[in-house]
Amino acid sequence: MKLGLVVDLDTCVGCNACAVACKQWNTSGTTGPLTDLEPYGKDPTGVWFNRIRNYELGDYPENKTVHFPMSCMHCEDAACVTVCPTGASYKREEDGIVLVDQDKCMGCNLCAWACPYGARELDPEEGVMKKCTLCVDRIYDEALPEDERQPACVMTCPAHARFFGDFDDPNSEVSRLSRERGGEHLMPELGYKPVNTYLPPRNKTNIPTYKNETNPIEKVKDWVNRLVAR
Amino acid sequence: MASTFKGLPIALNLPQFENHEKQEGKYTTCYMCACRCGIKVTVEDNEVRFIQGNKNHPVNKGVLCAKGNAGIMKQKSPAKLQQPMMRKKGSERGAGEFEPVSWDVALDYLSERLENIRNTDPKKLAFFTGRDQMQALSGLWAQQYGTINWAAHGGFCSVNMAAAGLYSIGHAFWEFGDPDWDNTKYFMLWGVAEDHASNPIKIGLEKIKRRGAKFVSVNPVRTGYQAIADEWVPIKPGTDAILALSMIHVLMKNDLFDWEYLVRYTNSPYLVYNTPGESTDGLICRDAEGNPQSWDLEKEALVDGSLPEIKPALFGEYTSADGKALKTVFTLLAERYLDDQYSPAEASKVCGVAADDIERMALEMAHVAFEETIEINCEWTDWAGRKHDKFIGRPVSMHAMRGISAHSNGFQACRAIHLLQIMLGSVDVPGGHLAKPPFPKHIVPPIKPAKPTAPGQPLNSPPLGFPTCPEDLVIDDDGKPLRIDKAYSWDAPIANHGLMHMVITNAVKGDPYPIDTLIIFMANMSWNSTMNTSSVRDMLTEKVEGSEKDENGDFKYKLPFLVVADAFHSEMTAFADLILPDTTYLERYDTISILDRPISEPHAVCDAIRAPVIEPDRDVRPWQEVLVDLATRLKFPAFTKEDGSPKYEGYNDFVINFEKAPGLGFLAGWRGEDGSKSLRGEPNQNQWQDYIDNECFFEHKLPKEHHYYRFANKGYLEFAKDSGFIGSSKPIVMELYSESLQKFRLAGQGLYDGPQPKNDYDKHRMVTYFDPLPDYYEPLEQQATSSTEYPFFAITQRPMMMYHSWDSQNAWLRQILAQNYMYMNRKKAEEMGIVDLSWIWVESENGKIRVQVKLMEGVESNTIWTWNAIGKQRGAWGLDPAANESNDGFLLNHLISEHLPSKSADRAVTNSDPITGQAAWYDLQVKIYPAAAGETGTWPTFDTIKPMPGAKKPVSKLQYQTHKAVGLHRSMRDILTRGKTKRDDS
Repeated sequence: MKLGLVVDLDTCVGCNACAVACKQWNTSGTTGPLTDLEPYGKDPTGVWFNRIRNYELGDYPENKTVHFPMSCMHCEDAACVTVCPTGASYKREEDGIVLVDQDKCMGCNLCAWACPYGARELDPEEGVMKKCTLCVDRIYDEALPEDERQPACVMTCPAHARFFGDFDDPNSEVSRLSRERGGEHLMPELGYKPVNTYLPPRNKTNIPTYKNETNPIEKVKDWVNRLVAR
Repeated sequence: MASTFKGLPIALNLPQFENHEKQEGKYTTCYMCACRCGIKVTVEDNEVRFIQGNKNHPVNKGVLCAKGNAGIMKQKSPAKLQQPMMRKKGSERGAGEFEPVSWDVALDYLSERLENIRNTDPKKLAFFTGRDQMQALSGLWAQQYGTINWAAHGGFCSVNMAAAGLYSIGHAFWEFGDPDWDNTKYFMLWGVAEDHASNPIKIGLEKIKRRGAKFVSVNPVRTGYQAIADEWVPIKPGTDAILALSMIHVLMKNDLFDWEYLVRYTNSPYLVYNTPGESTDGLICRDAEGNPQSWDLEKEALVDGSLPEIKPALFGEYTSADGKALKTVFTLLAERYLDDQYSPAEASKVCGVAADDIERMALEMAHVAFEETIEINCEWTDWAGRKHDKFIGRPVSMHAMRGISAHSNGFQACRAIHLLQIMLGSVDVPGGHLAKPPFPKHIVPPIKPAKPTAPGQPLNSPPLGFPTCPEDLVIDDDGKPLRIDKAYSWDAPIANHGLMHMVITNAVKGDPYPIDTLIIFMANMSWNSTMNTSSVRDMLTEKVEGSEKDENGDFKYKLPFLVVADAFHSEMTAFADLILPDTTYLERYDTISILDRPISEPHAVCDAIRAPVIEPDRDVRPWQEVLVDLATRLKFPAFTKEDGSPKYEGYNDFVINFEKAPGLGFLAGWRGEDGSKSLRGEPNQNQWQDYIDNECFFEHKLPKEHHYYRFANKGYLEFAKDSGFIGSSKPIVMELYSESLQKFRLAGQGLYDGPQPKNDYDKHRMVTYFDPLPDYYEPLEQQATSSTEYPFFAITQRPMMMYHSWDSQNAWLRQILAQNYMYMNRKKAEEMGIVDLSWIWVESENGKIRVQVKLMEGVESNTIWTWNAIGKQRGAWGLDPAANESNDGFLLNHLISEHLPSKSADRAVTNSDPITGQAAWYDLQVKIYPAAAGETGTWPTFDTIKPMPGAKKPVSKLQYQTHKAVGLHRSMRDILTRGKTKRDDS
């Protein structure tokens, strides 16, 4: 299996629901707590597994705004795992999820430097590296209803811009969407083979205009009453 | 642990992460904003493990926004008020010196004070409520108390939208209506600042994009929803009406409008007197019974225009029985909008949208409406008993909100948008703009605002209502306002939601009169919810001239007594004389009632409750419980038995047993003694539990034949009447032409047979703005402000992850947004030599602020904007005084006066829509210039608010979890045998 996410940039409005759902679930999850520093003070910071980047493309008035959620890509050839000196970082054989064994991590930060996607966050209080687990503590939990065995970010997305599934299965929703909508990997040229894909915006809808060329109205008297029963 | 995943066998080696036996899933309703989504809360040892959307809930269908997901940190907020408090004797108001008191002491004191007021002059109590979802109760409370000085926050929020809708189509945008997301093919979003509505709009936008419908966004700023629009229309703020009317011009020029729809369902064929200078001018010609007259083309005679089967003329000039000149409504409309001043070329000069684009958008919508018509096969019966076999749909839909609403021309702008919808035949039809029950209502809803008050007596009608003529104004014989906010006076004749933003100023100035006590529930009136923040803060502490300390060491204040009921330590609480601490939404019972702000879906009548999911950890009480307690102590008739004993044991008992009319109560579900009735039925003593058993919501799905054309749908109208939504099952006739407005205009012209304004200024306002047809006029503040000196429009937007001022106390949400910037167009800034992230001064006629600027592409060149309500007073909301919100964040409010510039009025007149009294937040015009070298940081700043007694110091580290994490374990064998990541390498 090759589990991962599809993010639809055609419908993502940058609302941060996914980011906060992730924070909420994972602070009590398997790598929790996700420490927050100065939560009520100057420059609050904390550990987040998913952050929304915002970009503008083009110059006014031809500009576009892009909201771009970023989390672990669960790369097939994950540099963060390769560089880990303790073996704490690993990619699960069964499903490809990239995880960190919190007991083995010594917080050296090498993996964060290796990751080109900025997906890893060091918990400065605990001294260990934390990252997206694809909600490994949700997706296999049989005590949860089957349709809730999904990452928290996917379940909550109000714009249904997030999908989770197995990219090894050509019939899965994520495979189908990536295929049909031209899903793209982020920075594939770096060679880490990211699993997650992003769906580009759909083509702009073209609507014909309906114009009455024959009898343009100039004044009220140009209209002739019609017999319409009330 | 599972050994399969979606049918695939896998070796897992995962521990059991959660001990679900320690957890309980409880349902309730979110209150992180006004959407009121259903949530499921997983609770572990009285702590919240997880909040998720309820997938069965009609509003959010399982999804949840950033705010909803951050409910845990609202619950953990250090700003939670802990106990009732009174201003320390001898301390000055606003100094933030408080003494904890017991609830008994607090309520004994308050009820005695309220009783004295009630028995002398009940309107000396003003009771105004903020982001309130319990207006049905607080309005009833005010009515029973007998004060006309009650309103909720609609006057500074969105009354223009509600009023324009209710005076035009019988419903409105947002809470009263929704686009038909499942069928629409063209969606135009006007001035929606990302928070209204939260999840339903996101769900809807995804649906239409998936179906390939076109999404056009009209907004000076391209963030949030506008980001995914197929077309962004960067309009100049406050000019939306001319854009809508110009598109109407294009439709008319091309003879593109829904003729049948207009004849059958609107007042287009009604005949209007064309008798300038006479008292009949502009009124609808009626027969002796009051029926509107139309010209029947077959009979060639005047007929009762409300009858079925007549063949009324849409166009033409006719003569009344008494020989007066008449024109059809639609003739007046066509004469108006065919005029060249509405041509795209002319409109473009005002709104900044290219003429070609205006024409193209109008013709695209015409194409979708008339060439891509939807037909839904379904037998239904119209109001006259005629059977139809299908619903015809014009799949163009729209939604609009504060960008339209918060201008002083917003009522007419919103009417113009509704007119565009009606011309396309797209109101309450498949693919169009759908009403949400209990809407549509008859136009205008037949409730009049209360006027007389008497000691010890309830009002004879609700404080708020819908005036249709000058007789309905709440003024005295001299024409002076009777309400403290001057709602329903000549300043704002159809102020359906009151003018909360004027209460403090008016009360302190004693204009129209001083009051004794002001109760503010959940509104930050000394900060982000007021205009002119610095001055209003001064007013709150203004002493009576020459007043000396009394025996308790207290001064006399112009606003003698201020009660603040709130759950959190806002900027407002510092000014309170008495603080009544509320619960959080996870700690209380609540109703989301059809009698209040409904949460229905277009095809389902819905309401909901909140039920407590965790126990409060401090000495707080739900405000609704306090209101019922006070009502009982004060022996309000509706809360007292004939023998004088209390009628209800508390809020829950009240909700179950109170009946507004026989069988109608706060909750529509599980009525009848055994809970078997829906919508109407006797009280059910098990009602709360029945809601809890159904995940805290009630949904009554409408049959398919009641889905559309409900303004003229016999079955639906009868159902709505039986359910108490409307008083009659007569059809609802949409009003393109508003006779109600014309009556006020006649009063201004001195032609009305009834109350008339006495001075020229009021006359001018009636004549100019009370146009029976929607029209554009320049916003009032801008009329009186030099656009050469103040060339920029300044507006606010609402970030999706914050609800007004509420979420700076939220440890997670403020990590996303702790400082607001002033955003401006990059090219414009470069022309002016303004550098990204530099500090600039922003100055209006009312004052100046220093802010940090950020440059962007996605903003109209003449507009600057910021996120609303991020700036905070130091020490408020449980924040450390060093917090970014208080040192770098800012409020735009300082620049906005609550009064119009003095040169535009003959007296202090509210900076509001002259029709509805809607606060004109977005009319602001400013100039900007770089701050001097070394001038950094926000300005103005204020003293640091003292912490409340018993408040904990904000923590510097937060490690929230409801249980110790069960960690992941990688075996040494795996490390040694599988160094690399690739599975085939292992």
